[in-house]
Amino acid sequence: MEARRESEPTPVHNRTAAERTSERELVVTRTVNGPARLVFDAWTKAELFERWWVPKSFPIKLVSCELDVRVGGKYRLAFAHEGGTVEFFGHYLEVTRPSRLVWTNDEGDAGNVTTVTFEERGGKTLVVVHDLYPSKEALDAAIAEGSTGGMPEQLEQLDQLLGTLAGA
Amino acid sequence: MVQHLRNRLDASFAALSDPTRRGVLERLGRADASITELAEKFDMTLTGMKKHVGILEQAGLIKTQKVGRVRTCTLGARRLEEEMAWIERYRQMWAARFEELDKVVEELKRKEKVDGSKKRE
Repeated sequence: MEARRESEPTPVHNRTAAERTSERELVVTRTVNGPARLVFDAWTKAELFERWWVPKSFPIKLVSCELDVRVGGKYRLAFAHEGGTVEFFGHYLEVTRPSRLVWTNDEGDAGNVTTVTFEERGGKTLVVVHDLYPSKEALDAAIAEGSTGGMPEQLEQLDQLLGTLAGA
Repeated sequence: MVQHLRNRLDASFAALSDPTRRGVLERLGRADASITELAEKFDMTLTGMKKHVGILEQAGLIKTQKVGRVRTCTLGARRLEEEMAWIERYRQMWAARFEELDKVVEELKRKEKVDGSKKRE
């Protein structure tokens, strides 16, 4: 176990939960220690958004980020990946500051719609990210392809562990 | 919220509770087979085998495909543990994201405080 440095405050670890709630839906929930208006800013201002959407531990790097956050406005994210560029884009269907944001994911044929809600409770904000796929097949395919985001080595180890448990 | 996963687990366990269905999985582990072939192998009526196959398919343990008049059964459309592992990866990706988001929000809070006290001066 690592010794905690006394000069630093105890880090507050809010749990991130992720579930497939139905054949077509994925839901991620997380509480953020801050008021909804600031959390909403971090999701809608490009200069803030690009600082957290792609953490340093990810195998890909964000090279550009344009967010035109208004109903019908477009967003476009470009990532450097294996020598090339991969783009993610879509448009906003709903923008209700500071409680609700809905956007499309238009890069594929069967794109999901992402709804994010920000619910403030006593200075903290419960963030719910809800992805609705057009069909069970579309979400199954996303899972099969791992298109919603690959992750590095330690997760391969987790896969192996799960594989071992399943095989037992 | 965990209802979907629970339903799928229940479906998997229910499907595996029957010796004939476990036998069907074992048989499909060696090669694909039609419902007719499975019915013959397990000495059952076609209707009886269809029911077992339906339960296995519902649980996501097998998939079936109809070509002409023959329905062929294949093992494992996607196994549950694969989906669970994927969802855990997805969760960890979001957890990493939210950790970075925390830092941004902390900074915004500090800034707001400083700006607020400046205004009061």
